[in-house]
Amino acid sequence: MIGRRSFLVTTMMAFGFAFLYIPILSMMVFSFNESRLVTVWAGFSTKWYVELIHNDQIINAAKLSLKIAAINATGAVILGTLAGLALTRFRRFKGRTLMTGMTTAPLVMPEVITGLSLLMLFVAMEQIFGWPAGRGVTTITIAHMTFSMAYVTVVIQSRLSTLDESLEEAALDLGARPAKVFFLITLPIIFPAILAGWLLAFTLSWDDLVITSFVSGPGSSTLPLVIFSKVRLGVSPDINALATIMVSLVAIGIVTAGFYMQRQEKRRERDIQAALAINQ
Amino acid sequence: MANVRPEHKLEPWKDPSAEPYIRIEKVTKKFGDFVAVDDVSLKIYQGEIFCLLGASGCGKTTLLRLLAGFDEPTAGKIWIDGADMAGIPPYRRPVNMMFQSYALFPHMSVEQNVSFGLRQDKLPRGEIKDRVDAILELVKMTQFAGRKPHQLSGGQRQRVALARSLVKQPKLLLLDEPLGALDKKLREHTQFELVNIQEKLGVTFVVVTHDQEEAMTLASRIGVMNHGEIVQVGTPGDIYEYPISRFVADFVGSVNLFEGALIEDEPDYVRVSAKELGGHFFVNHGVSAPPDATVWVALRPEKIVISRDPPVMEGEDNRVQAVVKEIAYLGDVSVYLVRLPSGRMVRVTRPNMRRQSAAVDRITWDEEVWLSWDASSPVVVTQ
Repeated sequence: MIGRRSFLVTTMMAFGFAFLYIPILSMMVFSFNESRLVTVWAGFSTKWYVELIHNDQIINAAKLSLKIAAINATGAVILGTLAGLALTRFRRFKGRTLMTGMTTAPLVMPEVITGLSLLMLFVAMEQIFGWPAGRGVTTITIAHMTFSMAYVTVVIQSRLSTLDESLEEAALDLGARPAKVFFLITLPIIFPAILAGWLLAFTLSWDDLVITSFVSGPGSSTLPLVIFSKVRLGVSPDINALATIMVSLVAIGIVTAGFYMQRQEKRRERDIQAALAINQ
Repeated sequence: MANVRPEHKLEPWKDPSAEPYIRIEKVTKKFGDFVAVDDVSLKIYQGEIFCLLGASGCGKTTLLRLLAGFDEPTAGKIWIDGADMAGIPPYRRPVNMMFQSYALFPHMSVEQNVSFGLRQDKLPRGEIKDRVDAILELVKMTQFAGRKPHQLSGGQRQRVALARSLVKQPKLLLLDEPLGALDKKLREHTQFELVNIQEKLGVTFVVVTHDQEEAMTLASRIGVMNHGEIVQVGTPGDIYEYPISRFVADFVGSVNLFEGALIEDEPDYVRVSAKELGGHFFVNHGVSAPPDATVWVALRPEKIVISRDPPVMEGEDNRVQAVVKEIAYLGDVSVYLVRLPSGRMVRVTRPNMRRQSAAVDRITWDEEVWLSWDASSPVVVTQ
């Protein structure tokens, strides 16, 4: 009985992983393909990587995407933290429910609608104030911030709601003014959540295509836009190479983080054991 | 449960000219429609350990938070050390608080936690170090100065929290269930430690607790709270021996309550007839009650003598025959639940002065016994 169940579980797991990772693996393999045809294997080569490095269009798009993602993440974290604080710390204010709904609405809003409405807003604003002049990096960054802020707010809010409020009260009680309490107590404690929110916002912006395509202009092609337009003309192996690099970077990042967290957890457990032993 | 304070301790509340350190006047705190603190007036004096005792939700913690400044009273005024506290934020009050959860800053070491308050006052570095060292010495945590809170046990955290709230040398320390998270042994030990530290530093303590034993051990005076009101204020002895109402009698310790009517009401004694008792209480102190009022007689279980033979005493009052129904052996005492002829169960406790095996002649289940008590033991309450 147990043997059969574990066989079933193993099979299902194998199918699951195969479903998730075979496409990525095949892409990685074909990035080392000699041939220009993506589906025909013609021997090992790293020439697409070399070509990628020399492809200014892709390199520039990647740089632009990184820049937008970083600015967006920073802005979204600041706004999201403020919104999270308002929603958890000020329990009773007028329109609180409305604000909760409105900050988290972009999570469920179809991207097409968000993109279109932002485009219309930007056009109208340009006609009335003359800003933002045309579509470009500024409009993309603003658009990304509007939706990634919602994600950051949710992350920060859930961290703050489990934060013992008496920590902040204790700091007040010991003579720290409210602003100081925030920077010395609240911020350091919720820092992991802020970091997580930053990374989340960064990733959301890094691979956003739909909204970006509405609000981008000439000379502001982000990496997803470039890849998408290139793929429409037929998949070229240098895109495979680019994707392989990105997947590898992410994998290394995740493995390192996991390793680090495991070590932290082990050290914590050891410390607790030591504390208990001394107390005996 | 003995009070550890010396007998010659001053009792400032008996001196009408004494200036109270905290004066709470007609303070009410409402949250929406809910009245958490209802028209409370209190005077607490310098050097006291004042315990606010009550069940959870009775408003004791709210009252403490009003003193700390985390909440503002809806009505009424609070003076601390002669200054009106209205509108004064927590960081400007001469008050520190020890939180129920201890509220140690998780990202700071023990030393950084303790020095936090001094750093806010921008004291010179040398002085901060001296004072932190001294207070860690006092709570015996010097060797853990570099630890983070999660590397400490519950008792150690409690001591760090105490050190952190004392290091600024506040004149008033508020403690919210200070010993709630500790196990029983550690709690008893820490109770005495707290009292020692308080006497050494001369700080006024206001302690919130739901544990009557804790209140009895620590307090110079206890304020019993119920539904946001202060029901009775007095020394632990007053509260226990002279409760003013059924609620207090029942909340502090355990008690047998009998409803009855005054049949003789003299200045120096009263007699109460109680239907459930099947007899009369003779109480050797007067009662201030209207003649035909219903009264209740409160009789503590440990003040009842249980015996096989009829008690040798004058008259027919303060005695009753009963049958033992339950016996609970608790080690130091045994609890007997006995049934009166009226069917009413009465709780009696008796110290186990001999080892069980040595007590050949033990009273046992379903035995006919006599209950009797001294005329000074029952307390008559009118509400």
